[in-house]
Amino acid sequence: MCLAVPGRVLGVEERDGTRMATVDFGGVVKEVCLEYLPDLRVGEYAIVHVGFALQRLDEESARRTLELFENLGMLQEEFGDPWEQAARFGDEEPAREAGR
Amino acid sequence: MSDAVAAPDLLSWSCPAPLRGRPRVVMGHGGGGALSAELIEQAVLPGLGGAAPGALTDSAVVELDGARLAFSTDSFVVRPLFFPGGSIGDLAVNGTVNDLAMSGARAAYLSCGLILEEGVEIETVGRVAEALGAAARTAGVRVVTGDTKVVEAGHGDGVYVNTSGIGVVPAGVDLRPERVVPGDVVLVSGAIGVHGVAIMSERENLRFETEVESDCAPLGGLVEAMLAVTSDLHVLRDPTRGGLAASLNEIAVASGCGVVVRERAVPVPQPVAGACAMLGLDPMYVANEGKLVAFVPREHADAVLAAMRAHHLGADAAVIGEAVAEHPGMVVARTGLGGTRVVDLPMGEQLPRIC
Amino acid sequence: MKYIEEFQDPKLAGRLLDDIRATVTRPWALMEVCGGQTHSIIRHGIDQLLPEEVELIHGPGCPVCVTPLEVIDKALAIASRPEVIFCSFGDMLRVPGTGRDLFQVRGEGGDVRVVYSPLDALRIAEENPDREVVFFGIGFETTAPPNAMTVHQARRRGIRNFSLLVSHVRVPPAIEAIMQSPDCRVQGFLAAGHVCSVMGTREYPALAERFRVPIVVTGFEPLDILEGVRRTVRQLERGEHTVDNAYPRAVRPEGNPAARAMLDDVFEVADRAWRGIGVIPDSGWRLAERYRDHDAEHRFQVGDIATLEPAECRSGEVLQGLLKPHECEAFGTACTPRTPLGATMVSSEGACAAYYLYRRLELDVTVPQREESSVV
Repeated sequence: MCLAVPGRVLGVEERDGTRMATVDFGGVVKEVCLEYLPDLRVGEYAIVHVGFALQRLDEESARRTLELFENLGMLQEEFGDPWEQAARFGDEEPAREAGR
Repeated sequence: MSDAVAAPDLLSWSCPAPLRGRPRVVMGHGGGGALSAELIEQAVLPGLGGAAPGALTDSAVVELDGARLAFSTDSFVVRPLFFPGGSIGDLAVNGTVNDLAMSGARAAYLSCGLILEEGVEIETVGRVAEALGAAARTAGVRVVTGDTKVVEAGHGDGVYVNTSGIGVVPAGVDLRPERVVPGDVVLVSGAIGVHGVAIMSERENLRFETEVESDCAPLGGLVEAMLAVTSDLHVLRDPTRGGLAASLNEIAVASGCGVVVRERAVPVPQPVAGACAMLGLDPMYVANEGKLVAFVPREHADAVLAAMRAHHLGADAAVIGEAVAEHPGMVVARTGLGGTRVVDLPMGEQLPRIC
Repeated sequence: MKYIEEFQDPKLAGRLLDDIRATVTRPWALMEVCGGQTHSIIRHGIDQLLPEEVELIHGPGCPVCVTPLEVIDKALAIASRPEVIFCSFGDMLRVPGTGRDLFQVRGEGGDVRVVYSPLDALRIAEENPDREVVFFGIGFETTAPPNAMTVHQARRRGIRNFSLLVSHVRVPPAIEAIMQSPDCRVQGFLAAGHVCSVMGTREYPALAERFRVPIVVTGFEPLDILEGVRRTVRQLERGEHTVDNAYPRAVRPEGNPAARAMLDDVFEVADRAWRGIGVIPDSGWRLAERYRDHDAEHRFQVGDIATLEPAECRSGEVLQGLLKPHECEAFGTACTPRTPLGATMVSSEGACAAYYLYRRLELDVTVPQREESSVV
């Protein structure tokens, strides 16, 4: 269910009594209904599903989540050298075997 | 009307799906995928008494009085007629020119048939013709014969165009998927999905804004540059409807090889990725009109890639994978994370999805 | 794209996988509820990277897969009427009803249109006042508010020729039904992130407590899914069973109050049949009585259409994790994406189609290779 993608608000306007926004999805701009997130502002990101902004994307939370992932290996020292394991996931030949 | 809402006949009811025996043509039959293939096999070829060898590829290579000619025909029914980066006129010329180029031939002559809908503005017809002429001059091909018909209002989308073309296949050039062997390197001439996204951006009910323009272009010159490196290219395809996935699947099945694609190596421009993320599509299945995919013997791959990159239509060319002996007939993508997935032949038309 | 690419990073995926491997000591069966997550798992090959101990069961969270045959038949009947413009998300066009699909209706002259947003259907109704415009309102809690908005606006703006064919379903009753099944194998849930973006997380603690099962709200990119798995496995290894949010950038505990209020206004909770599973009490929505004028089932009198599910298709067992797709006799032979017996083979998110696409490589399932002609 529920293909929803993050997009950035470029502009907000009222149309036919409905709050609408133009939203940028990586270089593609689409009209999105803001009725469910009326206080969304230009520059903010929202999770958009079938032309509706359904939830504000919390950028600070996203940053913290990625930071948590970055630090995972560090907190798990007893399970081996995280840098060595990370190296196995280089861009060119990702470590298929790593999962087995 | 009461018929339409009558309860289904539960006595003759069976399992819900097998729709292969569809009594009528559906849009998916024109999608260039599995349904198209079935339609040709089941409804068209029997009437023709089977197909001549090679007759089912983009262009056929035929011998005539000692000359090897590539011969191709294509019909164009695009909506809208004019779209960012091109028009039905550009497509009609380049589509056939490119089909010939995939046989290694430089297009020499084209025919052009116009099917016009009653009521379409004369000015529109003129603009289509202008685009046809300009595209032909760019491609270095002459339109030497043609035909015009008019159908009643409501029986066409304004303008349909058919073009056929012929060109000479140079000696020593033999481009066929059957020649692909394990170890061949797979090259693509540039960013994929651009044409399809440009068209979708103009479609009613999908409408979005993007700077992406169709990549519609004649590939004859690029192919000549590649053949100048070696005449021993194995196969070329222009991945139009059905996208890269359809071309790779066709080659995998015909060659009896497997194909492995490294997903991260496939050039996908940001707006194509964005549009596909938004609509739930896979760039591998989105149409191109000015790109080719080539299977090249490993020893020539570097030189061919360099020649492609030296040509303005191949500046972003890349190695995306290889032919392998494993999983014959199947295309497999290595994902960015190191997993694998099968890239299947598309069924029919690509539709935006919600889940 | 920002907030997508960062969450596909292979190096960080390695960190998460290492952590899962270091944590897991015995086999666990997790269910990802949402079809979008299944799609992502297959698309990125995530299940192949997980340690053997972690089994992912693909749940019933694909709205296309679970929409019952009967509703599809109603849609086909309505779409066949000459006065109707039938609008649908693209996913639903391919789903077979009894003998036909919406593509076929279109081939027979029906006016069936694919829209990206339900508001597009409303606009079509405004532009065609002499036609009846029907929107096929399928989906879970994520899609229900957008669909509800069309009915709300149709009422407010006096667009009388617009109606909704409703087949909305809700996740928590499905989780409850799965856990109550006597053969249930599921030990932890990855809850559907975007459903929770709308509904919040308040419905889940009672389920986690009652069935003593961890429920981790999970996003859709590879790192999100790995984090959902990581947190679920961690709970299981510790013997815990709480609700945890692994997708905080898009999910707040309270969800989206405006969207929830609209759902309460437009819909009322109702029993719903799930394709392959059967009727689950209170598992969906229907239009509230005061919006009956915009209810397509009422307007076109299709209430008497009743269709039984086929016996050959075992998708119900698959959707509940009782049967692996390739264990079904029909898999890869009578039933392929081209000739699907049931909805789990139709949708690319469906568990059977997903297995067909990837697993036939891994499991060496013999699938007859059809001779493809090379028409392009």
